[in-house]
Amino acid sequence: MADLSINFAGIRSPNPFWLASAPPTNSGAQVHRAFEAGWGGAVWKTIGAPVLNVSNRYGAWHYGGQRMLAINNVELISDRSLEVNLREIRDVKRHWPDRAVIVSAMVESKPEAWREIVLKIEDTGADGIELNYGCPHGMSERGMGSAVGQVPEYCQQITSWVTEVARIPVIVKLTPNVASVVPPARAALAAGAHGLSLINTINSIIGVDLDTFELIPNIGGKGGHGGYAGPAVKPIALNLLSSLGVDEVVRKSGVPISGMGGITTWRDAAEFLLLGATSLQVCTAVMHYGFRIIEDLVDGLNAWMDAKGFKTIAEVVGKSLPRISDFNDFDLSFRAVARINPEKCIRCNLCYVACNDTAHQCIDLVDAQGNVVPPFRYDVHSNGKREALSTRPQPRVREEDCVGCRLCHNVCPVEGCIEMVEVPSGRPPVTWRELMQTRPEVTEDWSAMERYRKEVGIEIH
Amino acid sequence: MQQVIKPEEVLKEYHPPLTDHEALVEAHRCLYCYDAPCTHACPTHIDIPKFIKKIASGNLVGSARTILEANLMGATCARVCPVEELCEGACVLNAEEKPIMIGRLQRYATDYVYERGIDVFKPGPPTGKRVAVIGAGPAGLTCAGELAKLGYSVTVFEKRELAGGLSTYGIIVLREPVEVALAEVEMVKRLGVEVKTGMELGRNLSWEEVRAGYDAVFLGVGLGAVPKLGIPGEEQVVDGLSYIEASKMNPAGLKVGRQVVVIGAGNTAVDCATIAKRLGAERVTMVYRRSEREMTAYPHEYEFAKKEGIEFRFLTQPVEVLLEGGQVVGLKCVRMRLGAPDASGRPAPEPVPGSEFVLPCDQVVKAIGQEKPWLAQMLGLETEKGFIKVNQDYETSLPGVYAGGDCIRARGSASTVMAVQDGKLAAFAIHRRLTQSLGMAAD
Ligand SMILES: Cc1cc2nc3c(=O)[nH]c(=O)nc-3n(C[C@H](O)[C@H](O)[C@H](O)COP(=O)(O)OP(=O)(O)OC[C@H]3O[C@@H](n4cnc5c(N)ncnc54)[C@H](O)[C@@H]3O)c2cc1C
Ligand SMILES: Cc1cc2nc3c(=O)[nH]c(=O)nc-3n(C[C@H](O)[C@H](O)[C@H](O)COP(=O)(O)O)c2cc1C
Ligand code: SF4
Ligand code: SF4
Ligand code: SF4
Repeated sequence: MADLSINFAGIRSPNPFWLASAPPTNSGAQVHRAFEAGWGGAVWKTIGAPVLNVSNRYGAWHYGGQRMLAINNVELISDRSLEVNLREIRDVKRHWPDRAVIVSAMVESKPEAWREIVLKIEDTGADGIELNYGCPHGMSERGMGSAVGQVPEYCQQITSWVTEVARIPVIVKLTPNVASVVPPARAALAAGAHGLSLINTINSIIGVDLDTFELIPNIGGKGGHGGYAGPAVKPIALNLLSSLGVDEVVRKSGVPISGMGGITTWRDAAEFLLLGATSLQVCTAVMHYGFRIIEDLVDGLNAWMDAKGFKTIAEVVGKSLPRISDFNDFDLSFRAVARINPEKCIRCNLCYVACNDTAHQCIDLVDAQGNVVPPFRYDVHSNGKREALSTRPQPRVREEDCVGCRLCHNVCPVEGCIEMVEVPSGRPPVTWRELMQTRPEVTEDWSAMERYRKEVGIEIH
Repeated sequence: MQQVIKPEEVLKEYHPPLTDHEALVEAHRCLYCYDAPCTHACPTHIDIPKFIKKIASGNLVGSARTILEANLMGATCARVCPVEELCEGACVLNAEEKPIMIGRLQRYATDYVYERGIDVFKPGPPTGKRVAVIGAGPAGLTCAGELAKLGYSVTVFEKRELAGGLSTYGIIVLREPVEVALAEVEMVKRLGVEVKTGMELGRNLSWEEVRAGYDAVFLGVGLGAVPKLGIPGEEQVVDGLSYIEASKMNPAGLKVGRQVVVIGAGNTAVDCATIAKRLGAERVTMVYRRSEREMTAYPHEYEFAKKEGIEFRFLTQPVEVLLEGGQVVGLKCVRMRLGAPDASGRPAPEPVPGSEFVLPCDQVVKAIGQEKPWLAQMLGLETEKGFIKVNQDYETSLPGVYAGGDCIRARGSASTVMAVQDGKLAAFAIHRRLTQSLGMAAD
């Protein structure tokens, strides 16, 4: 059994899984139950300025018969009084000394307001503070949340008000609604933040009701942008997380990052760790299935770490970051082609139509004798399962024409049926950056490019 | 205490309709194959992935239209098709998990339009040409409907009181309620087709009348009654088709024995046995002179029958119905063994001398196929193995006279969906013929 415990800027928890600041951490009773279920920590639902919530505040994106691939919300920060929240935080922490209790806060952009809330939070015995610079709706209109997170100067200013007084670790939670999360992250570090967390929710509109033309969800005839989270945002979160992991300033600072955005299974969790997260926060998956999902998050991560020989979380964190690169540094001579395993293929011919209509027309349909045949070639009188199956053609890749785009691999419904196989290109490795240096004309002029292709033997039809 | 059997309960449609949720989940499970094998396997080549994805997208009228474009009797076929041998049997997901429930999705989509009275087709602009259709079974109705869509003035002559053919009179309610068949008849009528029931060609309708009044004729007359067994006591044997018909039209009046023997092992025989069992027979035994391997019932039908508690006696040939005071008291049989292959290619059964025995019973039902269409002789049409002979265009030896459905099924097994495909292709051929002749007239 691997050791799953973490030390996040001095905040300790028995496993890296924290409930994100959101409805699951709205009250003491909920956090108690979550800790009973095994959660390593909880970031309390953001407390601070007074608010009023609306009904129909969660929308959801369903796709292909699957419910809630993403949630969207116009919920504000906690609508329970400050006093009640603080009392319950104190109570929870007293009962659960070994768990991480972090309090998310958001108040008016005034130094006194921040100082006051920090002192109140510290007084509960909480382990840390998370500054919510991410909320993209409701609070931002009042100059809080993402209105702060989107402007590095505000971010730095407010963070410093907090770090000046705080004696417990301060985590700055970043908004993804920016061109790059690096400037606000650097600003937070410059102001002395002890940790970073991301992502908060993404601006979104879920949809429109086709009968009433109202927005979904419909809030008294109106609707508007809300914050998007859940499985659908995971790739965006991974990208933003890794953009911090590869940033010089962030890396040198050594501050830990708490990753979130779509984490649903231990697999997602492992990927966040590999791309540089030390702790992992979860909201939507818990809102969908309840606190019980912690069991397999821990169990699955443990089994995977054992299988891979990892003893501690620290050994996993950031392990894949060195592989983050960009197009300029990819080897242009790397060549892979699609290869179909005829034993596994169920002949749905989805790869054929995908390649034929939208890629490079290099999958053929072949009959039992190996002849290339067109689709839809049966006669109107032919029928029955035997004829349909015995005459059904099979897809086969013309490897010499395959550009290795990987589309067929992605559409194939059978696990492991289409493999992308690396094949020698016969060309020495070269990157675009190198080409720009050594043969700039090739990167600027089509006829030079054509000559270059001929020279090195690249043929594209 | 004797339990009271309510026929409407025990014979009601076996599969419940899919719920909206079930249909959606199943529709999403379909892979949307390209040049899908299920479509190839369907004799009418319904674009199955297309209609299923329309269910998934919530375009149910479009889904039903996709089905009915290829198969006008789509609501019947959704219920009666041997899908295990056709579309579902070819589904690529057989290899992975379990096939898509294509038949039940088809029913979901077609029920949607029938329940709401939505017509997905309109009659075509009138061509001024007239076509007569003989027989209002699936073949005739499809041919009539397709021609009406193309603008022909079509009259269907049907000898029975109700139209629909075997969908109305022959397919047990467990598979298809009568109302479904009749709704399809009404849909065809709304396309402008005139359906004249109680009109039998050769009895109260003359061939001359038909030939003189119409530009083309389609024969969809199906097959005849159950043939004779040719054994003593036959007069007390019940005809399987009448047995089924009574179970649909007047189930309360159907007399079912306590110990029933059904002679035959095709799908009709299984249906008769199922009815007898469900209507309270204590023991139902199917008697077949060949072995399990040669029986013509589909494997899934055989499995169903066994689940219903029906017993089988293979390699058993009836030789005499034993009567006492006009009442059936038993069926005398002889055991058989398999010999050299016969004309059908199957091993010929031959009696084992001295192996006679008696199966005690109080009702014997015969379901050993149907007689060949006698109309062929009457009209002087060329035949093949007793069936009406047609060319690739479904044209008989008489120019302008077409035929399809069971009456031409010299090869392959007779089924509703095959009859529908015949009716559709014959309609297209008739259209080609009549537009060509128009073209010639204009020359
Ligand atoms: C008991 C039974 C169960 C079956 N179950 C299934 C099943 O589950 N699935 C399946 O796919 N198939 C099944 N079949 C087969 C299917 O019913 C037939 O293949 C199909 O009905 C053939 O259609 P048709 O239009 O050719 O003939 P029919 O349905 O037989 O229709 C012929 C019509 O022509 C009329 N007619 C005949 N002669 C004349 C005349 N001289 N003048 C006017 N009208 C005339 C008849 O009254 C009848 O209405 C079953 C058949 C039987 C007997
Ligand atoms: C309904 C809802 C309410 C939220 N409220 C807050 C909040 O009060 N404070 C905060 O920092 N983040 C809030 N979030 C954002 C989550 O903490 C988290 O950053 C985001 O949902 C991404 O994680 P996930 O994909 O696991 O849900 C909220 C999210 C949701 C769905
Ligand atoms: S997508 Fe996969 S399973 Fe389908 S035909 Fe192509 S290789 Fe076979
Ligand atoms: S008509 Fe019959 S065979 Fe064709 S798709 Fe429908 S159920 Fe399957
Ligand atoms: S073969 Fe099966 S999965 Fe493929 S389109 Fe047909 S029903 Fe759908």
